Amino acid sequence: MAHNAELGRRGEQLAVDHLLGRGMEVLDRNWRCRLGEIDIVARDGHDTVFVEVKTRTTHDYGHPFESITPVKLARLRRLAIAWCEATDAAVSRIRIDAVAVLAPTEAPALIEHLEGIS
Amino acid sequence: MPVARTRSVALLGLAGSIVEVEADLSSQLPGFVIIGLPDAALGEARERVRSAATNAGCPLPQRKLTINLSPAALPKHGSGFDLAIALACLAASGDVSVESIDRVVHLGELGLDGRLRPIDGILPAVLAAARAGHDTVMVPEANAAEAALVPGVEVIGVASLLDAAIRHGGRFDERPVDPVPALARSDAGPVAVGDLADVAGNHEAVDALLTAAAGGHHLFLLGPPGAGKTMLASRLPGILPDLDADAALEVASIRSLSGLPLDGGLSSRPPFEAPHHTASAAAMVGGGSRVIRPGAVVRASHGVLFLDEAPEFPASVLDVLRQPLESGSIAIHRANAVASFPARFQLVIAANPCPCGNAGVKDSTCTCTPMMRRRYLARISGPLLDRIDLQIPVPRITAASLRMAGEQPGMTSVEARRRVVEARAVAHERLRGTPWRTNAEMPGPWLRGAGRLHPGGRATASLDYSLERGGITMRGYDRVLKTAWTLADLDGVTAPDAGHVGRALLFRKGITA
Repeated sequence: MAHNAELGRRGEQLAVDHLLGRGMEVLDRNWRCRLGEIDIVARDGHDTVFVEVKTRTTHDYGHPFESITPVKLARLRRLAIAWCEATDAAVSRIRIDAVAVLAPTEAPALIEHLEGIS
Repeated sequence: MPVARTRSVALLGLAGSIVEVEADLSSQLPGFVIIGLPDAALGEARERVRSAATNAGCPLPQRKLTINLSPAALPKHGSGFDLAIALACLAASGDVSVESIDRVVHLGELGLDGRLRPIDGILPAVLAAARAGHDTVMVPEANAAEAALVPGVEVIGVASLLDAAIRHGGRFDERPVDPVPALARSDAGPVAVGDLADVAGNHEAVDALLTAAAGGHHLFLLGPPGAGKTMLASRLPGILPDLDADAALEVASIRSLSGLPLDGGLSSRPPFEAPHHTASAAAMVGGGSRVIRPGAVVRASHGVLFLDEAPEFPASVLDVLRQPLESGSIAIHRANAVASFPARFQLVIAANPCPCGNAGVKDSTCTCTPMMRRRYLARISGPLLDRIDLQIPVPRITAASLRMAGEQPGMTSVEARRRVVEARAVAHERLRGTPWRTNAEMPGPWLRGAGRLHPGGRATASLDYSLERGGITMRGYDRVLKTAWTLADLDGVTAPDAGHVGRALLFRKGITA
């Protein structure tokens, strides 16, 4: 488990770097409530973006995006609303993104970013 | 290029329509949606195509793929769209050339290993593509020979999805695979067509058979067991003329749709179908809830449908023959579609005179009551019998006629076929400019009216008398005239004389008289 948690953190850091590189502003990381956890909350222009990060070292267990099921997506939407209520931020429009990080141990990481997945 | 399109063919009966397969790639979570009225087997393409692409070595993009099959209102069946769907997806993701797949019609089912599997009905599908103006088709290797039977179409046979992708400009490493062979199906094969010379004696019946072949008339053989009815009927395809190119292609298309092998390419010999008397109405005309398959009457199209022991068939099964006999085609209605098949066949039916088979046979006793005899033959309904021009008794052969036959060998099939071809050529010439090609097809009113084919005068005296006496109906009158024309054609004379009309009348009334 320790290995997975560490991999997840590494992937999230890579994802944050990627988002910052695209000119987005990170508002929150690993925000938790009783519903679950949001990996990254960011601002992209007028949009408030909730980002789910999936990290894998290989494709052996399928593509990272394949593990985002409709159930998980529905939970992400509920989490986004919970975040807005909890932080009382001025949110005009919300968006849910997914970032897949393929981080093999011996090679540079590959990042894929899908915008507005729900 | 997020949208790519290619084409495939949806078959309904023998008629195929071009289906456009569009693939759209959108930046969404991985998904695969097929829309446009797919049936269950086609819906499963979702799972087949993604696995096949991955295992073949040209994986699909991990995004949302939406496949649209248009026209969306047309019902689509089966697994033949797999190749088109997979290539449209690969083109949408930019792995193969969009322009290249747009020009080609794709047919074929994918296995999970990425190899292409042969499908049924490739010939009518390629034919439909050619008629719609497409000149290149890509098919599974095992179907390539069959597809190549369609003239004017370039056929590309491929063994796997990877091969197909490379053909369309995909930059993948080649991986040679063994093509999936065609399914080995058990096919009874053509019924051994014996020679007409094998028939000993029975000159009248041989004559009737020749007349049936020359004019395309339906034939009813009535006789006791062992008289040689089946033997005679099985000689009919052997003396029919060769099929023309269009008919041969249609016969092959029907075989292809029925999943029968087409070894040796197009056969120009007319088909011979002899369904058993336990056959159901659906087996006779065709059926099936999703893919509508042709039945025996359709497979007999351009050939012979032989019903041995006709009274043993259920009356409902015999009566389904009436529509195809009249219109030359059969329409099969199902909840979601109506499929129309060609069914222009020559009907030959054989029957015993009674359940024990001995009625009217010299030196043997029939054990059936008169009522049993009546009921037995009444199972062949009047409307069906009325459509049969030649109705002749086939008596058991006697020792004397066998001895005579030994001294005087009968006509061989080759000789008979030559005479049939000559007679048909004469009829064809006479019917030039009409939609009919054989004497049996001529409609009665046209025959007596615009066609001016009533021989008139003394020639039809016996026939006119018979009509006057109520011995035959007006429809029967026309049918006798048609047979008389065939007899005249066989004799090489310009018009039937009283002798021809008399023989034709005997052929028509030979059983009831």
